[in-house]
Amino acid sequence: MSTRASTLAGRVMSAPSIIALFLWMIVPLGMTIYFSFLRYNLLTPGMEEWIGFVNYKFFLTDHAFFASLANTLVLVGSVLVITVIGGILLGLMLDQPIFGRGILRILVISPFFIMPTVNALVWKNLLMNPVSGFFAWISTSLGFQPIDWFTNAPLTAIIIMVAWQWLPFATLILLTALQSLDRDQKEAAQMDGAGPISIFFYITLPHLSRAITVVILIETIFLLSVFAEIFVTTGGGPGLSTTNIAFLVYTQALLQYDVGGASAGGIVAVILANIVAIFLVRLIGKNLDA
Amino acid sequence: MGAIRLENVKKTFGNIDVIPGVNLEINDGEFVVFVGPSGCGKSTLLRLIAGLEDVTDGKIMINGVDMANESPAKRGLSMVFQSYALYPHMTVYNNIAFGLKMAGETKAVIDEKVRNAAKILNLTDYLERRPGALSGGQRQRVAIGRAIVRNPAAFLFDEPLSNLDAALRVNMRLEITGLHQELKTTMIYVTHDQVEAMTMADKIVVLQAGRVEQVGKPMDLYAKPANKFVAGFIGSPKMNFIEGDYARARDCACVGVRPEHLLLSTEQGDIAATVKIAEHLGAETYLHVNADNIGPMTVRATGEVPLSGNDRIWLTPDPERIHRFDKNDKAISN
Repeated sequence: MSTRASTLAGRVMSAPSIIALFLWMIVPLGMTIYFSFLRYNLLTPGMEEWIGFVNYKFFLTDHAFFASLANTLVLVGSVLVITVIGGILLGLMLDQPIFGRGILRILVISPFFIMPTVNALVWKNLLMNPVSGFFAWISTSLGFQPIDWFTNAPLTAIIIMVAWQWLPFATLILLTALQSLDRDQKEAAQMDGAGPISIFFYITLPHLSRAITVVILIETIFLLSVFAEIFVTTGGGPGLSTTNIAFLVYTQALLQYDVGGASAGGIVAVILANIVAIFLVRLIGKNLDA
Repeated sequence: MGAIRLENVKKTFGNIDVIPGVNLEINDGEFVVFVGPSGCGKSTLLRLIAGLEDVTDGKIMINGVDMANESPAKRGLSMVFQSYALYPHMTVYNNIAFGLKMAGETKAVIDEKVRNAAKILNLTDYLERRPGALSGGQRQRVAIGRAIVRNPAAFLFDEPLSNLDAALRVNMRLEITGLHQELKTTMIYVTHDQVEAMTMADKIVVLQAGRVEQVGKPMDLYAKPANKFVAGFIGSPKMNFIEGDYARARDCACVGVRPEHLLLSTEQGDIAATVKIAEHLGAETYLHVNADNIGPMTVRATGEVPLSGNDRIWLTPDPERIHRFDKNDKAISN
């Protein structure tokens, strides 16, 4: 891109895809914003009218909103902590020359290939079922009461499922970062008298900081909108205990047929996601600058 | 204090003998250079001394104590890596201070030592920078600084100059030599470059395939190579080897003559030759010639020599300075 002509040609060539992407984003967003200002309920067709911020007022003052906001943050935060710490530990393990490393790596990566719905079903019916589940069998054979996960610890159960799904992603990214750590640096630290723990905290962890940032940013984007795991297992309950923002929007739109209210909820979710994103980028995004 | 003695040090990887057994004495304060072609085991030997590889067998005596099974930190040595291996997320200050911090020194002691090292190495202005913002030569100095502050029994250098450009390499060569004269600490330096070996070393160890071929002062190796390998490796351009009738007439399998010990004449001499290529460097001239009945040879003539391709010349080896080798490549003393 050195001459003016080639710069212009580049812009012209890339314009169609940029315009298409822009429309792809702006049309649904614009329509959602428009709907959010309407009284628009599918049970009363033809009654649509402009009502300003009433939908927002209802959504934001609803106690379900604050409960689901809290659930969303707890879910995202817990899964991030579990996957980052677990990912580092698994990455460190898989970076060692251990027996069967190739097979182990595939096993560790495989949960990522399972679609969320199937993942949730497996956990619900095969593992966490209080009567026939694997965990219940372990508990009873050790003489304990089985835990009814989805009744007594529903949010914890969701967190475990989602963390299991996302652990491979974190492991994969962190493992590649670990593999790019210069062996000389570790040896230099060894010569400097650093033990394995000091090497981890002074050399390995700083080296991983950029990869950890990437994991946190990408996972946050996806974890803010966890839906299938909740839909398949608890349906947001009991009560509101596993309802996150995404699920709340769904209940507004499809269980109460309130398109206007759901749109307002969607816009609130978009704004919240942006707040979280700005916060994250401020906090850890500086790691991405070389 | 840093006297190091290797007793029958062996290293095998799988069933390959990388180092079949090395005995070596390094005196306190000596500048020792391990030199040899790539893959000769010189870096492995250095890493064995450093403790970064386990010895298969043998003793590594550092100041009279066998350290062969101790961790690298306990041996009291410090190392400068070919890639420098600086910690990229730490400032120059913290890079140099890291070893002291690990040793549990107090802040005041660390500060004094780091600033002192920075002064010796002209790094004072760069202490707050990260390695990424430094030039190659400066990084090299930080790596040396990191080695100095720990006040080691000996410094180990693993091809430290090979990532620098030619001009900087000459500079750093002088700086390291100067540093050795100032600190008077034992230094072990690994290189494949015989020029570095010749210019820096008190003692050169020539290695080939994990075996020590010869140990000695640079000029001793130059004047009295123990075998054909050392003769060919030390000195640039390489020594000419002449076999056949010429060697048989002198009771040996092979005669070696350095390019600088050939008397050049355009009229008469022992060996007739045709110039193929003449490299004029100003101060000296390298002539690549094809000698009759012998083959290619190299001649080094001082000053400007008005010769070019296809000129006929005659060469006479300096009889005092020819080297004779038997059929096992061992040198025959004159």
